[in-house]
Amino acid sequence: MIYEIIVGGKTGGKIHRLELAKAAGGWECLLDGRTVNIDAIIPRRDVLSLLVDGHSYEIKREQTSADLHLWVGSARFAVEMRDPRSLRSRQKPAGDEKGPMKVLAPMPGRVVRLLVAENSEVELGQGIVVVEAMKMQNEIKSPKKGLVKKLSASPGAAVNPGDVLAIVE
Amino acid sequence: MFKKILIANRGEIAVRIIRACREMGIATVAVYSDVDRAALHVRKSDEAYPIGPAPAAESYLRMDKILDVAKRCGAEAIHPGYGFLSENAKFAQACADAGVKFIGPTPHSMKLMGSKTRARQQMEKAGVPFVPGTSRGLDSPEEGERVAERVGYPVMLKAAAGGGGKGMRLVHSQQELRSALESAQSEAQRSFGDSEVYIEKAIVNPRHIEMQVLADEHGNTIWLGERECSIQRRHQKVLEEAPSPIVDPDMRRRMGEIAVKVAQAANYTNAGTVEFLVDEQKNFYFLEMNTRLQVEHPVTELTTGLDLVHLQIHIAAGEKLPFAQADVTIRGHAIECRIYAEDPDNNYFPSPGKITVLLQPSGPGIRRDSGMYEGWNVPMDYDPLLAKLIGYGTDRHQAIMRLERALYEYFVAGIKTNISLFLRILGDADFQAGKLDTGYLDRLLAKANPAVASLAPKPEIKAMESIAAIAAGMFAVLDPASSISKNGGGSTDSSKAPTVGSSWKRQGRSEGLR
Repeated sequence: MIYEIIVGGKTGGKIHRLELAKAAGGWECLLDGRTVNIDAIIPRRDVLSLLVDGHSYEIKREQTSADLHLWVGSARFAVEMRDPRSLRSRQKPAGDEKGPMKVLAPMPGRVVRLLVAENSEVELGQGIVVVEAMKMQNEIKSPKKGLVKKLSASPGAAVNPGDVLAIVE
Repeated sequence: MFKKILIANRGEIAVRIIRACREMGIATVAVYSDVDRAALHVRKSDEAYPIGPAPAAESYLRMDKILDVAKRCGAEAIHPGYGFLSENAKFAQACADAGVKFIGPTPHSMKLMGSKTRARQQMEKAGVPFVPGTSRGLDSPEEGERVAERVGYPVMLKAAAGGGGKGMRLVHSQQELRSALESAQSEAQRSFGDSEVYIEKAIVNPRHIEMQVLADEHGNTIWLGERECSIQRRHQKVLEEAPSPIVDPDMRRRMGEIAVKVAQAANYTNAGTVEFLVDEQKNFYFLEMNTRLQVEHPVTELTTGLDLVHLQIHIAAGEKLPFAQADVTIRGHAIECRIYAEDPDNNYFPSPGKITVLLQPSGPGIRRDSGMYEGWNVPMDYDPLLAKLIGYGTDRHQAIMRLERALYEYFVAGIKTNISLFLRILGDADFQAGKLDTGYLDRLLAKANPAVASLAPKPEIKAMESIAAIAAGMFAVLDPASSISKNGGGSTDSSKAPTVGSSWKRQGRSEGLR
């Protein structure tokens, strides 16, 4: 198993190359070309107990549909994993996407109002709809500069994370 | 003493009050909305009754339904907690009319403190220092200009009925005053149905420090020390501590005495909080009085050794305060972190949803008042406060270190929380030096959100990065069921539903198809 792992966020994060192979009684681990002696178990969901040369670490995994964070002790790292064989999984810079892009509800809530009309021009980061959850109103912004092709959100409607609110092209 | 108390609230505060009642041998009655059937306060109470649909206006704010439950189940008193109906004088009156004891002040005191201008007039008479300005609504822009000239710019325009920053405007010069007044008045009219707006001198970079008071129904009023509440965002407190890093015993006594004067001027009974603005020269000014139990009351409980909810119930039952001012001593230091369901990676958007994993801290000097549990679905209809984590120590440094240790143990998965924010605050040099004001948190958040939130020194973080990389791989190979590559996609199409099959293959396909 070979992974490319970016630790520390999309910008400025460092890329590590990790090779893992099953070996007698455990795992063989090669990190950035160096052999590391490890032992790992998952004592419960989203918790990893990792021994590295006798040093004990408890790692907790915070995973949502949007991103992955790992807590190593009291340090929280943004982590991203890639398959190095897939060139297409390389990150494209935000706002520079070609073609239509969906504007998705980031959380469950209720649509309060629409800030733009269908077929209007929007800038990158311009508010498109307002969704209310937990007594707070949140502007959902355009992922790119372009034309609002479709506006599927309607005021008063309940939305779930991942629901398409609009499509910008 | 009461035999049965109804708790007209939900979440952590309802659980906290239920605990106090159980400790006192009092039966508890919970009320709940349709989405709160599985909430912790319903599970922990002796009786529980539904009061309507999810929106608070149709359930937790329905006085008639709540009083109806109280009558039917024979509750002798109602504890309103904070928020919802807690500062509603009409509700307190309705309770009195129904012969149910409202655990809090009288409707008269609540009404007086509910109007900022009326409170100012009353306090002026009592000789309480407040921010220079008017104690009445402005009749004309000219009057506003005259007062502003006298107290000096910048000035603050505030709605008399205001709260939460609504109907509030900061004005730097005479040119801005007229239009700011008009917009503040119309916003006040829209938000509160009352366009009364008054003016006061704006305190630059103030601290927000409040004083806890307790008053029984026999004329005894005492103060229990201050809480530093300057760490706020969007007029919402995030972290509070007692004592304040800048208040010495003499200032504490002076603030306490003023707070007692404020309470007495309003014929106040039960627990209350007098809020002060404190300027850079440590002058303090009366701001307003909160006529309820505060969210942050635990830091006062830990530093005084008192249980405020027990005392509230004893006072409401007509008992005298069991101790005098001279018996109150402040010992040690306590800091509270408000754990909110908010996404630190997405501008602190609310993050309701199902809690899939919950690991909770404990151990010396740690108190946790929580309304959540593993497997619970946090509803989107209410305030995002999930729990309060309070650290107590011999001194401020120990309290900070204990909290850091407890945050290390705290883990919530399934939804996002602001737990990592507290590591940023606790590790910040200004916070550690006690250099706080109400703009502190906005300034901290304006700095780039570090990809790594930690108190650990840099070289250690470097080593931890490698550990994180190894851990990511080990999670992937040991727990392949949970797809690892959901997060590897485009930055905007961020909510792909988890599916079965090879994540890599699926990832490749979805990327290829875009």
